[in-house]
Amino acid sequence: MIALLLRDLRLSVRAGGGFGLGLAFFLIVVVLVPFGVGPDRVILTPIAPGILWVAALLAALLSLDRIFALDFEDGSLPLLATAPIPLEGVALSKAVSHWITTGLPLTCVAPLLGFFLNMAPGAYVWLLASLALGAPALSMIGTFGAALTVGLRRGGLLLSLLVLPLYIPTLMFGAEAVRRGADGSGVTAPLMLVGVITLGCFALLPFATAAALRINLR
Amino acid sequence: MPELGDYTAYVISSYVATIVLLAAIIGLSWRRSRRIKRALEDIERG
Amino acid sequence: MSMWEYANPKRFMEWTAPVVPWAFGLSGVLVVGGLFWGFFLTPDADKFGSTVKIIYLHVPAALMAINAWFMMLVASVVWVIRRHHVSALAARAAAPVGMVMTVIALVTGAIWGMPTWGTYWVWDPRLTSFMILFLFYLGYMALWEAIDDPDTAADLTAVLCIVGSIFAILSRYAVRFWNQGLHQGTSVPVVTGGRTIADIYFIPLVICMFGFGILFIALVLLRTRTEIRARRMRALTARAARA
Repeated sequence: MIALLLRDLRLSVRAGGGFGLGLAFFLIVVVLVPFGVGPDRVILTPIAPGILWVAALLAALLSLDRIFALDFEDGSLPLLATAPIPLEGVALSKAVSHWITTGLPLTCVAPLLGFFLNMAPGAYVWLLASLALGAPALSMIGTFGAALTVGLRRGGLLLSLLVLPLYIPTLMFGAEAVRRGADGSGVTAPLMLVGVITLGCFALLPFATAAALRINLR
Repeated sequence: MPELGDYTAYVISSYVATIVLLAAIIGLSWRRSRRIKRALEDIERG
Repeated sequence: MSMWEYANPKRFMEWTAPVVPWAFGLSGVLVVGGLFWGFFLTPDADKFGSTVKIIYLHVPAALMAINAWFMMLVASVVWVIRRHHVSALAARAAAPVGMVMTVIALVTGAIWGMPTWGTYWVWDPRLTSFMILFLFYLGYMALWEAIDDPDTAADLTAVLCIVGSIFAILSRYAVRFWNQGLHQGTSVPVVTGGRTIADIYFIPLVICMFGFGILFIALVLLRTRTEIRARRMRALTARAARA
């Protein structure tokens, strides 16, 4: 499993692996928002947490179809299915590598982008905390969606349609935590709920992902 | 016709919208059922 | 004889053939009767004025929108465990009907919102939950349409339905946490028994609920029959192409 994880990480940093694309997308979306809603700080400050969360979610979505597509095309996915590690382990490792290449960088740059949106000073640490807790769930849910659509030729759009509704609870709790952090009310409850979603996803979704992969490889 | 007062437009439009939507799903289901049934009969007759 | 006998495609076609027109007839009588009663024969309510008449559309549609998803969940689980093709096809057949019910609930809710809350749309927990339910229906149907092989499609949509149900319930509670909302509580709480709605509105409402329910059953049976025929046609064409 560690070997598989390292292989995926190496493939994604190599040229054409798409590493950094998600980050660039995140930056562009966040920069576009003030052009859309106007430069008024009175408007930007309260919506900054939501914008950052939605943008991070869309950036994570962007690279989902690569999780299994390349392995499916070159035939290494059937090999992984017959490998000594269980398919659930493969699913978990794929989700973790997606998180390391997409979710983790997004989490790190999100506070920087918060400056551009005049985010409230108290919110930065909670933005970091909620993304750190929530981004792994986004990767795991996305891996499940990618497993559902792996056999389809143009699965990208369908993948977004399937995955976005599943992202809703994570987004709600995550953005709520940052909003509460910004106005100084209690952040414990939403943060814990984001953590609960992440843990629940990692406990259950590898099985669903593996089931979907088996069906697609039949 | 009962007197609906100020809300006539709201009540009537929700009834119309519901009837249109229900008619649409019933009509589409029925048309597809007929079409597939006929196509299957054609094939089975050979 | 086991109840699963009725799920054999041939048996299913036999016993549903006479049921479908009766179900349509009965639901037609109930829906038209209930709506007629509600529209013409009930007085205006104190708080709502004549907008109370929207309840006969809004509540039954909302009820069936949720029950349709629940039925799809049960059918998906049955397909995964017992591999009855009729079950998978019934889940597929129910999705568009459930989606139409969701749209009716949303549209009538929005129209009702204007006179009572002064706006067509609020991000109220119940409205938001239904919006999310609509998105789930959309994704489920899109996945069915996208996959060519019928068994693969049935398996994958079943997995999506089961996982989606968990997230749908999660969203329901997340939404409540996110916004407290304006929507009044249920008028017909089945669990507690008491109800906040007067008999004069309640009787036509129950008639409409049964009417919508039987209409849903009739539509699902009709659409399942179509799906069974379509599948058989596919198999026959494939066999002819091989020969």
